[in-house]
Amino acid sequence: MNGRILEVVGLTMDFGGIRALNNVDLDVKQGEIVALIGPNGAGKTTFFNCITGLYRPTKGDIFLYRQGSSRASLKGMKPNRVTEVGLARTFQNIRLFPQMTVLENVMIGRHCRTSSTIFGALVRNTSTRMEEDSIIESSHRMLVKIGLTQYENEIAKNLPYGAQRRLEIARALATEPELLLLDEPAAGMNPQETSELVNLIQSIAAEGQSILLIEHDMKLVMNLSERIFVMDYGKKIAEGTPEQIRNNPTVIKAYLGEEVDA
Amino acid sequence: MEYFIELLLSGLTRGAIYALIALGYTMVYGIIGLINFAHGEIYMIGAFTSFIVATILSIYGFPLLAIIVLAGLAAVIWSASYGYTIEKIAYKPLRKAPRLSALISAIGMSIFLQNYVLLAQTSEFLPFPQLIPDFPFMEPIAHIVGSTDLVILVTTTIAMLILTVVIKYTKIGKAMRATSQDRTMAMLVGINVDRIISVTFIIGSSMAAIGGLLIASHIGQINFSIGFLAGIKAFTAAVLGGIGSVPGAVLGSVVLGLTESFATGYVSSDYEDVFAFSLLVLILIFKPSGLLGKVESQKV
Repeated sequence: MNGRILEVVGLTMDFGGIRALNNVDLDVKQGEIVALIGPNGAGKTTFFNCITGLYRPTKGDIFLYRQGSSRASLKGMKPNRVTEVGLARTFQNIRLFPQMTVLENVMIGRHCRTSSTIFGALVRNTSTRMEEDSIIESSHRMLVKIGLTQYENEIAKNLPYGAQRRLEIARALATEPELLLLDEPAAGMNPQETSELVNLIQSIAAEGQSILLIEHDMKLVMNLSERIFVMDYGKKIAEGTPEQIRNNPTVIKAYLGEEVDA
Repeated sequence: MEYFIELLLSGLTRGAIYALIALGYTMVYGIIGLINFAHGEIYMIGAFTSFIVATILSIYGFPLLAIIVLAGLAAVIWSASYGYTIEKIAYKPLRKAPRLSALISAIGMSIFLQNYVLLAQTSEFLPFPQLIPDFPFMEPIAHIVGSTDLVILVTTTIAMLILTVVIKYTKIGKAMRATSQDRTMAMLVGINVDRIISVTFIIGSSMAAIGGLLIASHIGQINFSIGFLAGIKAFTAAVLGGIGSVPGAVLGSVVLGLTESFATGYVSSDYEDVFAFSLLVLILIFKPSGLLGKVESQKV
């Protein structure tokens, strides 16, 4: 059994009088694909926003276990620090940098792992140049891996929908995350694009990347994930393997409503 | 014909100066969507700083080149620290507030800085020393274009080239573009957005300071209120070209400079500002997004 990579303890988030997240516990193990599911408004995206630093949770804590170092608490960290520590995410509605090229979008993800300064950029000293070259090269490799090389110098907003989704994943991976968060990666995709996406996620996972994803496409969730967490009304109502979740009466109730005795 | 060329060159010089200031407006607008009305005052502070430093250095008998370089450097550093500080105390706390709040804060900052310099220095017009000598090689065409104009054109061109390279090819430039396109997403790819905003203010203020030094030695006098009109003109130029667009700011500045120069030369110098602002009104009626600006799509 691999060690944990993410541990969320008692996460609670209040917006005024509304409790969007109520004491949620969740964990992801090294190299695992975990899904977070639940009906609309269950608090899944709020959960992502809390752990990536966009919202400051009311209560609870988030720990990231990095390889070869001790755990880091992400609570109260700014989003850019969270990314540096090792979380990267995509959005339900795609958020690329629309006016930049595909290559630039990936390069910008890599920049948080580099150290060059504005002065280095101006005088173009050797270390800056070498660093820039290595960024271009590794970004290029990333595009090959994700299968977007034909669009390399295209402006991001001109890409077809499925390619934009893949580019968003490529940009997130470029930050070399310990854990990749995907918020409804298959939303709006046709069946063929979805099956390509499943292949992509599987190939990323095969390289040892840990993934936590939110998804509504149950077929995709059941195919991909090793464990599933189910939320409803801000609470975690179930966790387990796809098999266990499929037969869990609480989950069925949350999705389909209560059975009426005839 | 010679008169035309003279007007053309003086228009380009004006345009170059406007561009140095307009870039600060347009960059700040591009990054945080704020019209930084205190920007004209940054330029004025740059002019005052270079005046003070140049005066002190010339008392001690420094050579002219050293005076220009040191005065320019001092102006850049001093203005940049003002720009940085203004953002931290007047705009950053309002970043999540409605846009109007930050705008009013900017106007307040502008008024404060004017009065601060008025009290700390003087309300008089001060004679600014001619820092840039008449170059001997310019002698044959000195009646068309002065040496100061030449220096202004060259300096501005160099500044723009550096800026373009920085924005287009460097890491910090990419981070600036990313921040202006989607600030939240920029944070999530690990960009320290606060730092990028500070850098933007520092770059914009530095260019305004260079503009302050150059135009003060061009016109020959400075005053605490010079930032107001220069700021309004540069703002006009930025809007003309399409606010938020860097090439737009340069184009708008050149168009504005030429318009003013020709209007002054062929009509009357009394109507200089009338022409400048009529141009602005016309552009806003017929092409509200500016010459190179993008139509702002509604965010859903």
